[in-house]
Amino acid sequence: MTDRFVTRGFVGRREAGGTDTRGRIPPGQYITRDFPVLSAGPTPHTPLDRWTFTLDGLVSGPVSWSWPEFTALPSRDFVVDISCVTKWTKLDSRWHGVAVDTLLESVDLDPSAAFAVAYSDGGYTTNLPIPDLLNGQAFVAWEYDGAPLAPEHGGPARLVVPHLYFWKSAKWVRGIRLVERDEPGFWESLGYHNRGDYWKEQRYSGD
Amino acid sequence: MAAINWQVATVDAIRDETAQVKSFRFDVPAWPGHRPGQHLDLRLTAEDGYQAQRSYSIASAPTSNGAVEITVERVRDGEVSPFMHDIVEVGDRLELRGPVGGYFVWDGSMPDPLLLVAGGSGIVPLMAMVRHRATIANAPPTTLLYSSRTDDDVIYRAELDRLAADSGGLRVVHTLTRSQPPGWTGYARRVDHQMLADVVGASADTLQVFVCGPTPLVESVAQNLVDLGLPPSRVRTERFGPSGA
Repeated sequence: MTDRFVTRGFVGRREAGGTDTRGRIPPGQYITRDFPVLSAGPTPHTPLDRWTFTLDGLVSGPVSWSWPEFTALPSRDFVVDISCVTKWTKLDSRWHGVAVDTLLESVDLDPSAAFAVAYSDGGYTTNLPIPDLLNGQAFVAWEYDGAPLAPEHGGPARLVVPHLYFWKSAKWVRGIRLVERDEPGFWESLGYHNRGDYWKEQRYSGD
Repeated sequence: MAAINWQVATVDAIRDETAQVKSFRFDVPAWPGHRPGQHLDLRLTAEDGYQAQRSYSIASAPTSNGAVEITVERVRDGEVSPFMHDIVEVGDRLELRGPVGGYFVWDGSMPDPLLLVAGGSGIVPLMAMVRHRATIANAPPTTLLYSSRTDDDVIYRAELDRLAADSGGLRVVHTLTRSQPPGWTGYARRVDHQMLADVVGASADTLQVFVCGPTPLVESVAQNLVDLGLPPSRVRTERFGPSGA
């Protein structure tokens, strides 16, 4: 359709770095070495002694962890590439946290549960099909690059779903609700794609 | 929802705003219209098919004639902004799609008094709001607090002066953080708690606020406004990091 369009005079700055980055930059993205911050409102600051993480909805019984309980769960490092819908991609970002699989071992999932809604301090929500959270694909992180996760990057804890655009990786996450029907979250209700697979460049509704 | 398709726009005007900032007006034949605060995506394609995309806030008020303006700050070592500044000429054709974004938006349907806080080129989406409010009846009283490094870095200076003088309920408060011209009587520091308290006055909890700028400014302004009693839900933010190239 527009495949043959050429922008007069544009050469572009090809990403340096050679073979180790080839195949790792999704369409329309560019590499950044910074860690840009994007969020829709003020950064919440929940004291750790009042912080909990909850699994609820279609589960045998809701489970809540306090901060000491949560950070004592089996955890590990995750080194992942992340891509924001605003076009930046950051390679080899290093996080520490607990896999969502590990969290789900604490509950019996109702067979009708098919989708998840991650919810956060400040009212943010984002929706995901449950399979996008399984098999080590998603984790809740409280450390970034060896240090406690900064509030502007989602601390104390952030959901990270690195294979989808980064708005799915809810900052300040406080729980995951398991539901039967898909419910669009914050950005998904405001024109952004419902699933957000960056290899398919699913940025906006209709992509 | 219908897809937001790429389309070919023609550059029909380029304007120098400051030494580092230019505005580009596009003629977009199938522009579906936008709301102030939204952005568009620009896609550049090289001969060999290599592409780069960036998002830019829309600077212009909504119009029905397909005219859309963006304002681009040159980012040192950037890929797209230097191309826009150095290569693009009137008459060139560029691919874009939009509008995008539905939260950092003020279209006149929110009746509450507005506080707009801008840092540097964070003024751009707020300018779309300022321009829009100048065209509608019964626009709420609006204060724009605008932080720039120097007098020469103030974008849209003449237009802001004119709109503020129009007695249309717009107050523009500048602060110059790095250097000030002789005789400057305005603020001369980064936006802080006291400055926001002065600007907001007693009416904090009824304001609708939009803040756009670099992350440290946005973080600090949003926190200070919450400390001044604004419900967090009344503070909408948009940020750009150092990598917005």
